[in-house]
Amino acid sequence: MAATTESTATPPGELKIVQDATCTFCGCVCDDIDLTVQDNHITEAKRACVLGKAWFLNHSIEDRPSCLVDGKPATLEAGYDRAAQILTTGKYPIIYGLSDSPCEAQRVAVSIVDWINGTIDTTTSVCHGPSGMAFQGVGEVTCSLGEVANRGDLIMFWGSNPAESHPRHFTKYSLMPKGMFLPNGRKDRTCVIVDVRRTKSAKAADIFVQIKPRADFEGLWTLRALAKGIDLDPKVVLRDTGVELAVWTDLMARMKAAKFGVIFFGMGVTMTRGKHANSEALLALTRDMNAYTRFVAKPNRGHGNVTGADNVVAWRTGYPFGVNHSRGYPRFNPGEYTTSDTLANGEADCGMTIACDPMANFSQPARQHLSSIPYIALDTKETPTTRAAAVAFTVATYGINTGGTVYRMDDVPIPLRPAFDSPHPSDFEVLTQIERRVKKIVGITS
Amino acid sequence: MPETFILIPGRTSDQGCGISEGKFLEKYQREINTLQVPPGDMARLGLVDGDRVRLTGEDGQVVEVNITPAKKDELPEGMLFIAYGDISSRLMGGDTHGSGMPTSKGMDVRLEKV
Repeated sequence: MAATTESTATPPGELKIVQDATCTFCGCVCDDIDLTVQDNHITEAKRACVLGKAWFLNHSIEDRPSCLVDGKPATLEAGYDRAAQILTTGKYPIIYGLSDSPCEAQRVAVSIVDWINGTIDTTTSVCHGPSGMAFQGVGEVTCSLGEVANRGDLIMFWGSNPAESHPRHFTKYSLMPKGMFLPNGRKDRTCVIVDVRRTKSAKAADIFVQIKPRADFEGLWTLRALAKGIDLDPKVVLRDTGVELAVWTDLMARMKAAKFGVIFFGMGVTMTRGKHANSEALLALTRDMNAYTRFVAKPNRGHGNVTGADNVVAWRTGYPFGVNHSRGYPRFNPGEYTTSDTLANGEADCGMTIACDPMANFSQPARQHLSSIPYIALDTKETPTTRAAAVAFTVATYGINTGGTVYRMDDVPIPLRPAFDSPHPSDFEVLTQIERRVKKIVGITS
Repeated sequence: MPETFILIPGRTSDQGCGISEGKFLEKYQREINTLQVPPGDMARLGLVDGDRVRLTGEDGQVVEVNITPAKKDELPEGMLFIAYGDISSRLMGGDTHGSGMPTSKGMDVRLEKV
């Protein structure tokens, strides 16, 4: 773990340039950002998008205690002790979040949940969790973003608005790059966007297909039928999808004619009625298309290391999210062991949230229950979740104050290059200290 | 009489930047507490920019929120948009239908002027 503790201090007032820093705001994980740093503050983030600039320029040193216990400043030692006591006292402890922590910290979180026979879940469950279920059912025909940049000549976005969620997606990976087999860049590609709204991304589309709300499943199965040459009733197709059969037929012809097709998909698919059935339909369509040409699908992942969370939890437990250890071995069951459910059903009786904000993002029943149980929260900033926590740790920001490893949305691991030191501990340090105490309480001596 | 709309919560640039700037600061709070309504629906219902409306969710959840017209043709009539945040979370149900994911987009809501 030398990478997370390496000093990046500079003398007061002196400018420092950090080249090829990694932005961890979104799943694009752009690793070509040049940072200008002065007095523990980033003053410029060259090549960063609007979200990346906001990320880098607003993560200075938080003027808050590193630890609050019951809302009052406390020593870190007192916080670690109380955290370990909370996690080992409950009957149904949960650990949730992890998508904005480096893999090294995620690994420790999984160890803790193992020691306490708890349940671990990541923000994947409320983002591409349904896609994770679909991967298990259908499989994933996939590739790296580098292959998209070099080969992708038909780029589709389904229920995804990268212009606002992943602003450099078009320019760095999917539409604009001049690739090995696409020497003219954007001119060699066709962009198709399927959405219920004419989003800001729609401006980038050569073809925009506006489907009816909650008709993703029907639209995807229309394409599956057309791929197989099945005749469809135009009236039924228009009624069920809100789009003329002729538009779908034209799209399928373009998909079959492509040399390398890509479907990027987003929350419009997974958060809408149908959820994993929608993702399964999209992945099955992608698989079907490989009878005619090369076609891949990729979820556009939101948080900087949510893909790392999937990987780390999977290689530690065998499952990517929603994993319960109450019987002493891991069990996976979305809808039961996922945090939206363990909270809304009133089952969890203590917990720890890491780099996430369920008190802002979860349903009201889930939030009400979380506010009624003792929990620990780790975050770089004050949030509704840290405000209601029994123990709140202000932690250093990964990628700005600490190093480590994150996974880009295409499962490519990327190293972090920190810019300046923080007086606050890292996620890794906090979790390691809590794990040490938890092991002592439950009688693990090794 | 309340009218039924389909609500699509989602990411916006200002909401994303607001997360980094601070969730208790004005930019984030303004973004997550402003409902975008198609201009045609606003005219039909006699609503103007800045009006306050009451939304009732599928499970009876009730929230009040300020409205603003959606840009150009970004929203078809009958559809509402709001940035992810407290209001959209209050309108989600606790049931995930065995998926771990509450229905967080495409929710039916009833809208009436306060």
